[in-house]
Amino acid sequence: MSSGVHLKFVSSNRRVREDRRFVAGQGRYVADVALEGLLHVAVLPSQHPAARILSINTAEAMKMPGVHYVLTGEELAKATEPLMNGLDTPNVRRFPLAVGQVRYAGEWVVAVVAESRAQAEDAAEKVKVEYEPLPYVIDSEEAYSPSSSPVHAEHGSNLLLDKTFVWGEVDKHFAESPRHLSFRVVWGRSSTVPIETFGVAAKWDPWREILDVWASIQMPKYADQIARSLRIPLNHVRVHNDVDVGGSYGVKRGIKQSVIVSHLACLLGRPVRLIEDRLDNMRAGDAHGPDRIFDVEVAFNDEGIVKSMKMRALDNVGAYAGRSPFQLGKPIGAIVGPYKIESVKYHAVAVTSNKAAQEAVRGFGQAPTNYAIETAIDKVAAAVGLDRIEVRRRNFIRAEEFPYLIPSGTRYDSGDYHTVVAKVLAHADYEGLKRERDELRASGLCAGIGISACLEPSGGNSAFEPLLNEKNTTSTWMESCRINVDGLGFVTATIHTTSSGQGHETLAATVIGEVLQINPDQIRIVRPDTLSSLPSNSPVGSRMAIMLGGAAFHAAQKLKAKIIRLAAHQFGCAEKDVVYEGGTVSNAASKKKLTWAEHVTIAHRNFHLLPEGMEPGLEVTHVMQVPTGTQLPKDGRVQMYPCHSFEFHLVLIAFDPEIGKPTIRRYVIGHDCGTVINPRIVKGMTLGGIAHGIGASLLEEFVYDSEGQMLTQSFMDYLLPSSHEVPHVEIVHHCTPSPFTVFGQKGSGESGYLGSPAAISSAINDAVAPLGISFSKLPIRIAAISDAIAAAKDGNKNKEKA
Amino acid sequence: MKVKLNVNGCQREADVEPRKTLLDTLREDFLLVGSHAGCEHGVCGACTVLVDGEPSRSCLMFAVQADGYEITTIEGLAPAPGELSVVQDAFCETHGLQCGYCTPGMILAGHALLEHNDSPTREDIVEAISGNICRCTGYGQIVEAIEFAADRLRKANTPRGGRS
Repeated sequence: MSSGVHLKFVSSNRRVREDRRFVAGQGRYVADVALEGLLHVAVLPSQHPAARILSINTAEAMKMPGVHYVLTGEELAKATEPLMNGLDTPNVRRFPLAVGQVRYAGEWVVAVVAESRAQAEDAAEKVKVEYEPLPYVIDSEEAYSPSSSPVHAEHGSNLLLDKTFVWGEVDKHFAESPRHLSFRVVWGRSSTVPIETFGVAAKWDPWREILDVWASIQMPKYADQIARSLRIPLNHVRVHNDVDVGGSYGVKRGIKQSVIVSHLACLLGRPVRLIEDRLDNMRAGDAHGPDRIFDVEVAFNDEGIVKSMKMRALDNVGAYAGRSPFQLGKPIGAIVGPYKIESVKYHAVAVTSNKAAQEAVRGFGQAPTNYAIETAIDKVAAAVGLDRIEVRRRNFIRAEEFPYLIPSGTRYDSGDYHTVVAKVLAHADYEGLKRERDELRASGLCAGIGISACLEPSGGNSAFEPLLNEKNTTSTWMESCRINVDGLGFVTATIHTTSSGQGHETLAATVIGEVLQINPDQIRIVRPDTLSSLPSNSPVGSRMAIMLGGAAFHAAQKLKAKIIRLAAHQFGCAEKDVVYEGGTVSNAASKKKLTWAEHVTIAHRNFHLLPEGMEPGLEVTHVMQVPTGTQLPKDGRVQMYPCHSFEFHLVLIAFDPEIGKPTIRRYVIGHDCGTVINPRIVKGMTLGGIAHGIGASLLEEFVYDSEGQMLTQSFMDYLLPSSHEVPHVEIVHHCTPSPFTVFGQKGSGESGYLGSPAAISSAINDAVAPLGISFSKLPIRIAAISDAIAAAKDGNKNKEKA
Repeated sequence: MKVKLNVNGCQREADVEPRKTLLDTLREDFLLVGSHAGCEHGVCGACTVLVDGEPSRSCLMFAVQADGYEITTIEGLAPAPGELSVVQDAFCETHGLQCGYCTPGMILAGHALLEHNDSPTREDIVEAISGNICRCTGYGQIVEAIEFAADRLRKANTPRGGRS
């Protein structure tokens, strides 16, 4: 559908249907699922970052009131398969409970099952574990060194991934370029930290041979992984997709938790539940995000045109692999950002360490990479003495150059970066903003303007899997929708995944209503369990507007086509000679008309009136392939995600040099995600993403000390932005439709977050530039700012004295 | 031990361990699961209920301490099944939520503010919700919701106090 077509419901400012149940406190989260005879799990964590388990004595715990079982890692490992690895690293084995050895402080060693969570916690304290401490490694560079103690001795080293890609003539471009610069930036380990922790409940019915699972989950192929690990057929596992998920943004992938409770439910013949408490979640929910060092070198000329880039990204993925190393792969699909950088050398390294395991975090590695790219552009501007926005404009891909093939093999769909920037500068009064900054500086404050421009690859095809693991042949990442018009003419459609606040029910209903020209509010959306579901890959990779929206669109088109065929048959005319309007089909020549109710009656009751070969009923399904990225990688190049949303951030930050507490005085974002399906949802995603980025850049970090202990275990130390830290944000809209999607829509689930850390870093560095200092590690905490300023001032004083 | 609690205008009784929190009691003994456990150490505000009209952390209060107070949970705000209060409806209008997990606490905080301030400034609203962490929205549409609700309440020709 081209952007010129008039849309009635898509892009209109409609309410989000999910909101009603949530404002009434009637969401149904995993902890709200009432199961008769439910038992509760508490886990015992390791106190050591690395230690051999010499013995586990559960006798005293078993005698505690209400206790039903104490499960050790050894026993669970015998009964289940190890959890899946993304990379081909068979000796990095991962079990839900530690087997023989613990590999990070907090790792779960024993699971205790009791009548209540409180009783299970009481009993867990009585489990006695004897440990023999082992050498451990926390630091990323140290882990990368061949002399470090391997976290997995069988694997032989801490290296999980060490792959270098060269796209284009990097050496030649570097040799030809008159200017080079290099730098290091560090993205501290943070995460999305949803307010609801991960939780899962399972119940085994031996007579029906069905394992029912309710979970706070956002995970592709979740049921498959439970079945594999438990060694049961996949059609014995029934995951209930109608559980509301209390926030995820990538990380809710509690497979180890799910295997523990599923095994216990089968073993004990009672429903079993594990809801992480905050400490379980922070320390060992295996839900931390990227922890990454970037070494970047760029080759450019005196005009600030960047010709080539070398980037080494070293990620400390923690004690186990899972899918987390793939977070080094996804950014390959936008490795040059919005710029015409002609060649890139990318060295992706993932190392294990004795920190908690990582999981997918909003953007899947893209936000850290954007921070590195944007820092490079700021530094180039400083080197050539040009305005930072001007340098960006000079390097941007131009609107007429799309679709644009980047060196790593992805073709960007569309964009108009220059226009978005111009609109933001006009809206914000950039010259006035600079004057405001200078006035703040004159008043004795530190003040800086931050800028970032970046892309949000969207549509999620998972092409990084085969790119980083040759044994992986994934080339589809489909999504589905089924629509049924019942015997009374009411429409019900299905989605086949859980949601964690993205408004998928609203999305599907809006799209179907648009195509069928019926009020979306009258369409029921349901979430069948996984045994009744069509294929889905869950809401990852900023994909649902494109993929669920696409599947719903195509299903609705099939339904419409069936109605048209049915009606044309009644009229005795060709399908091309009828008009579909608001559910009624008419033929101008014969002046015949068939209403919605009449189609329904014929389809449901009058087989004798159906065209030959047409199935009775009004039911359609569509399983949608991702619009691009259908081929396996070739020569280290691959078409990653189909769509590329653009965002441009402009921020003014000021702070007292003695205190160092940044205040965001102005925040403007220009956002182009193509055709917006629901403006309220997209706005919320963008504002929430910015808030999350403010956390990652100023406040949040999982800090480990030199003893391997995590210091930030509660919300007293791991600080989430409150309403005081998040400013009013002004959004400037632009719409460049994608040519690859049904309405021209692109993704927006990661918007804001992908560029705000870079923008905030840019602002703070602009603020302290007059002092001759800069910050190269996120988060930039208040204490770091005031300390660095004090040190700089002391240094200046000393210089003056000398 | 036995506790008698006044929850949403009804007298409720439960037999609880002295160490049981008000949050767990509301959820497990009274099946009022709209109050949520977020951090269970008094920071995030997902467990917020009103105690004599003031937003309070039900995860930091024992059920036995709540004896004698009027407790209002999110289930007590809707005027009738399927009908929303002005504040609840305002959250729907501005989409002041996403996953809904912090929402009951956020709405109770907004409701409590508007009970004693019908013309809050943006700063008043930011302060009133600053003890409730939302990870989805970045707070923008929550602030808008409370502004919108305040406007509607000011224009409504109904006496204030009690249920909105």
